[in-house]
Amino acid sequence: MVDVPFDTIAGIPAAEAPDVELYHPKSWWTRYVFSQDAKVIAIQYSITAMSIGMVALVLSWLMRLQLGFPGTFSFIDANQYLQFITMHGMIMVIYLLTALFLGGFGNYLIPLMVGARDMVFPYVNMLSYWVYLLAVLVLASTFFVPGGPTGAGWTLYPPQAILSGTPGQDWGIILMLASLILFIIGFTMGGLNYVVTVLQARTRGMTLMRLPLTVWGIFTATVMALLAFPALLVASVMLLLDRLLGTSFFMPTLVEMGELTKYGGGSPILFQHLFWFFGHPEVYIVALPAFGIISDLISTHARKNIFGYRMMVWAIVAIGALSFVVWAHHMYVSGMNPYFGFFFATTTLIIAIPTAIKVYNWVLTLWRGDIHLTIPMLFALAFIITFVNGGLTGLFLGNVVVDVPLSDTMFVVAHFHMVMGIAPIMAVFGGIYHWYPKVTGRMLNEALGRFHFWVTFLGAYAVFFPMHYLGLLGVPRRYHDIGETAFIPASAHDLNAFMSVAALIVGFAQLVFIFNLIWSLFKGKEAGGNPWGAASLEWQTPETPPGHGNWGKELPIVYRWAYDYSVPGAGRDFVPQNEPPARLSAQGAHP
Amino acid sequence: MAVAIILLLVAIASVVFHLFSPWWWTPLASNWGYIDDTITLTFWITGAVFVAVVAFMAYCVFRFRHKEGRQADYNPENKRLEWWLSVGTGIGVAAMLAPGLVVWHQFVTVPAGATEVEVMGQQWQWSYRLPGKDGRLGTSDARLVSADNPMGLNPDDPNGKDDIVIQNDDLHLAIGKPVKVLLRSIDVLHDFYVPEFRAKMDMIPGSVTYYWFTPTRTGTFEVLCAELCGAAHAQMRSKVVVEEEKEYHAWLEKQRTFAELSGQRNVAKAAYKTGSE
Repeated sequence: MVDVPFDTIAGIPAAEAPDVELYHPKSWWTRYVFSQDAKVIAIQYSITAMSIGMVALVLSWLMRLQLGFPGTFSFIDANQYLQFITMHGMIMVIYLLTALFLGGFGNYLIPLMVGARDMVFPYVNMLSYWVYLLAVLVLASTFFVPGGPTGAGWTLYPPQAILSGTPGQDWGIILMLASLILFIIGFTMGGLNYVVTVLQARTRGMTLMRLPLTVWGIFTATVMALLAFPALLVASVMLLLDRLLGTSFFMPTLVEMGELTKYGGGSPILFQHLFWFFGHPEVYIVALPAFGIISDLISTHARKNIFGYRMMVWAIVAIGALSFVVWAHHMYVSGMNPYFGFFFATTTLIIAIPTAIKVYNWVLTLWRGDIHLTIPMLFALAFIITFVNGGLTGLFLGNVVVDVPLSDTMFVVAHFHMVMGIAPIMAVFGGIYHWYPKVTGRMLNEALGRFHFWVTFLGAYAVFFPMHYLGLLGVPRRYHDIGETAFIPASAHDLNAFMSVAALIVGFAQLVFIFNLIWSLFKGKEAGGNPWGAASLEWQTPETPPGHGNWGKELPIVYRWAYDYSVPGAGRDFVPQNEPPARLSAQGAHP
Repeated sequence: MAVAIILLLVAIASVVFHLFSPWWWTPLASNWGYIDDTITLTFWITGAVFVAVVAFMAYCVFRFRHKEGRQADYNPENKRLEWWLSVGTGIGVAAMLAPGLVVWHQFVTVPAGATEVEVMGQQWQWSYRLPGKDGRLGTSDARLVSADNPMGLNPDDPNGKDDIVIQNDDLHLAIGKPVKVLLRSIDVLHDFYVPEFRAKMDMIPGSVTYYWFTPTRTGTFEVLCAELCGAAHAQMRSKVVVEEEKEYHAWLEKQRTFAELSGQRNVAKAAYKTGSE
């Protein structure tokens, strides 16, 4: 790999991509609303995802108010609590994180990082956003329909998801399933774009093994999503048929509120298999883009090449593949054949190895670096801590027999919030602070950013680290009130109150972040084209923000990988991917 | 500097919290001490890794933070180091997985002499059934559920006549006797969860699931539902009383069989009919 940075591509003709191929917008509507420019679509995706994410954030405040101070707030009852957790979970996992990483970061960064003018199917890309928006609106509408949103838990397990003992059994669950179906349709249109663009539209010299790890992460996550979401699609369609037409895919003979129903012969466990065949890859669909982004942030801000690039790529691919054979570790106590436990515990713990390699390579990248403690770097460090913490508790839950006492307790809630809530959000924030200057041409405010970082990181850690111990004690999840329970001491209530206060403070810090995003758009410091001195291609555009078509007249030619930082004898501490080796030789770096 | 110290403090605070936390698992009341041991082992291994990674990071941030004139090393990869780290991780993972699988094997292997006890979940209460003198439980079916037969037992099954049915009351178990808990539901998913026993398993309508354990401590233990089952999920409670053999038998004597209960109901019905005429 040492040869990569100086690898020359001799005699490559200048690649001139004819400009006419692109459909340039002709009006305000097609420029800003029905835009086919991946960058505009990325911003639309991001704003929509963050808006619905704010709803989920408010729901989390309401949940924490109830858990911290049960009985104090008369406007929250058991039914509403279940509706809050369901909507919070579903929004955060699918409509915020998946949409933001793939639709937001993916759309903005893939064409720029691979040196393309746009996604290969711009029109389909535009449709993808509008179908996603429709899915979000259908989801949000459930707050206003009779009976309210579904309270079945984000896992939507039948039979209870469609029976009358669960809130939102009427319109809530029907619209939730419809919204999921729309989301998957929209995602598929975007996802095919991301995959084909990475495979077909890379500029000259951009070999697969020169791609920035962000692209590798988003690309692998998209391939996984294209394979995993269909399982959720069929599960949603089948559950919808069970609910609307009285089919019995997931419904055995059962009694509803003392009355025998007409259902019979279906299997509730089948739904769980389909759900988790999607649901476990989903964890990595959120994690892999975060892995990629963090790799790039650490490398750029430590002014050092990412350590073990090839191993990092293979770890991403290995994690992506393995994550399709571990799904039933969510079902150790579901009542499936207990002998499955041996297989799934083994595959699950094997995944720890490529994951650990990624962590080692991040911290080894810091070793002998030139670490600039910028806000993106701080978020990257916080990502590593929260991800390692959450990943290690995954070794408890993945090891089948250890999972038995811990499953369905607050330990699980703490684990997955740490590993796929807080950690990916750290990557999102780090990524936004890092790329905001490219998107807007201005820097985010530094002081507000540091305040946002410290409150969010330390506050979120203070919420979720102690929560594991409530689970260890045996406090079950999805209880709106733990009430009078013999084994739960009064101090557990105090801990709950503490976590709630911390959660509200963290929530407040997000408002500061939103304020910063808007304020800096107008008042932020001018950023210039490459404020961080980054080597990857998106920082080398002729204009900032990049115009439609990204590269002006000529596509860039790539001569090296994305991590040429602090190359000995290179003059400056970074060498852009598109800098020809001749200039280096002139500086005496290379024979 | 400050950043490195705060990162280190996060790791130290986590360890201190772990050591001094008053929130810890409930005192064990079953034979599943091995599960607790596996958790303890996992805590040691993962705790060491967590502290090592964070401490290494904090050191790097302290030692290699940007100063005027510092230049980072150029060091793309180090195959030997990467392989050693992978192998080391593999060993750590195997050290947790192997004992875990051994204990899981015990967990799924029910001892031959285990007594069967049936637990039935429905929104939002628990019912229990013990085999009668014949030692066998009769069959059941959700289609047979009615006000007179809330557990849906098969009235034509001779094995079921002497089954002891416990409704709206606590389950009693004898100390030191292995129990195979058969789990059943007539409506939605539930999960029979007693934290002190460590074991738990979902109950699925249309299937019978199970787990086994041996109660090792007398006392009264709270039963919770651990699988979301609708609006009153958090209130679905009951109690299990573990007692000495003698007291257990005294309690058993007082319980009614399925036949007695249906007979009683028929008598009551007949009396009501006679009264109304």
